[in-house]
Amino acid sequence: MSSVAAVENVTFAYDDRPVVEDVSLSIEKGEFLGLIGPNGSGKTTLLKILLGLEQPDSGAVELFGTPASKFTDGTRLGYVSQQSSEADSMMPVTVREVIEMGRYPHAGLRRLNDDDHRVVDDALEQVGIVDLADRRINQVSGGQKQRAYIARALASEADLLALDEPTVGVDADSVDQFYDLLTELNEGGMTIVLIEHDIGVVAEYADTMACLDCELYEHCETDRFLESGALEKAYSSARVLRSADHSSAEYATGD
Amino acid sequence: MSIERLESWNRPIGLLAAVPVVVAAFYVLIYVLFPPLFDGFWGATCGTFDTWLVCSGFLQRGFTAGILIGITAPIVGAYLVNRQMALIGEALAHMAFGGVAVGLFVGAAVPSLDYPLLFALVAATLAALCMQYIAIRTDGYADIPIAVMLTGGFALGIAVISYGVTFHATVESYLFGDILFVPFENVQLMVGLTMLVIGTVALTHKQLLFITFDREAARLARINVRFYDTLLIVLTALVVVAAMQILGAILVAGMLVIPVAAAMQFTNSFNRGLVLSVVFGQVAVFGGIFLSYQWDVATGAMIILVAIALYLWSVIV
Repeated sequence: MSSVAAVENVTFAYDDRPVVEDVSLSIEKGEFLGLIGPNGSGKTTLLKILLGLEQPDSGAVELFGTPASKFTDGTRLGYVSQQSSEADSMMPVTVREVIEMGRYPHAGLRRLNDDDHRVVDDALEQVGIVDLADRRINQVSGGQKQRAYIARALASEADLLALDEPTVGVDADSVDQFYDLLTELNEGGMTIVLIEHDIGVVAEYADTMACLDCELYEHCETDRFLESGALEKAYSSARVLRSADHSSAEYATGD
Repeated sequence: MSIERLESWNRPIGLLAAVPVVVAAFYVLIYVLFPPLFDGFWGATCGTFDTWLVCSGFLQRGFTAGILIGITAPIVGAYLVNRQMALIGEALAHMAFGGVAVGLFVGAAVPSLDYPLLFALVAATLAALCMQYIAIRTDGYADIPIAVMLTGGFALGIAVISYGVTFHATVESYLFGDILFVPFENVQLMVGLTMLVIGTVALTHKQLLFITFDREAARLARINVRFYDTLLIVLTALVVVAAMQILGAILVAGMLVIPVAAAMQFTNSFNRGLVLSVVFGQVAVFGGIFLSYQWDVATGAMIILVAIALYLWSVIV
């Protein structure tokens, strides 16, 4: 089987609030999957379960054919989150140093060698930020920062790139270029999972789409998906209407 | 598959085999190579400058200890500061002070156990592991265990001291630091601790930096985050105990934090910042010792004041 990542009958709850319920989803090699859903629909949680960062309450997770709990080859996974944590807004780290982190799991306890540095240079070039290499990561624009994180995944030689609303706070021109870069990587064989609230963007770039609102509504090719009515179903579910009343509470607990 | 399994077995065994080699190397360096090196260096320096500052045996030992602290404290501090854990050193230092008090008490009763710094080492390490455990087990704010240990260690120390018979001068030297009170075996202990810290950081710098910068991504890359967290906090405990002799339990955290804070103002690169913070650490130690000698004030306090002056300068420039 060529499935890169698969979850089967996965359920996850924060305390007694179910976030993901009985979801099965399989991502094939080379797929560009757009994962959409209303606020608080469990997209981020599902993605984290998929990557082995969270343990589901029940159900099975496989990465590259190995159960996620036993999967050790973390270099094959790349993750670009929403505008990242507080630490990187203060910490003095150059763009190059961030990308070098992609080589760290390869290097283990040894020093980075010439091969490592060559891979880092290639990654910088591939995402087009060679001239920013020595800038501080928190002094480049949002779009450039996200490119740097993609370059880190490239330096790590990841086969699966997961992105969680990567373009929040990125200006419109850069967003287009960013998605062109993703398309380019996907054509080069990279499997991509993208969480995005802008359905238009997802429909334009993704091969397949899936819609999640606690349970999975549909997962199929983009064209079929748009005609399937899954979107309307998910966005008009009782859950969404209820959470519209409590949107602040939903925000507080995250999605 | 079988080869992979063999390799995965091989690594821990290989690491275990390295332990006696490392211990032997430490022994040779600390007990065989270091003493003649120490005498040779200070003999030559004294011959060149010929002032009490470098010719007194007390100050030679204090100076050496200071230089070692100026290396290790900023190195460990660089990771701590960028994890917003700046005050953890202070908490561990206070626990180490509690350990010293217990050590002095036990040492007064059992002369063969009269080695308070060893008690401090044990207390600080236990406190470090305990803090790590609390951090994993609870969801509370990170500064709660810090506040508990900070006051708890001090409370323990004061309780034991008030109960037992201890010289005030000895207690004060651990509380406020005393550069004239560093016996040669403590200098040797510090050489050992310094080598241990530098060696460990040299090997694990990449993992520590990755986790410091992006915890989630480090977990994703299947780096053992908890192991390296524990390693860092234990290293901090070692550094704190080493630094306590010069700076005192109350001022130790300053050396972990201030040189790093100053260095971070000057550079965009973490690696360059690490080197620069060691440079600032050395400036603070040298400047502090020199000024305290000139003006006849407490050395630990002067070191921290010089470090703060450096920091203010870095902010203004």
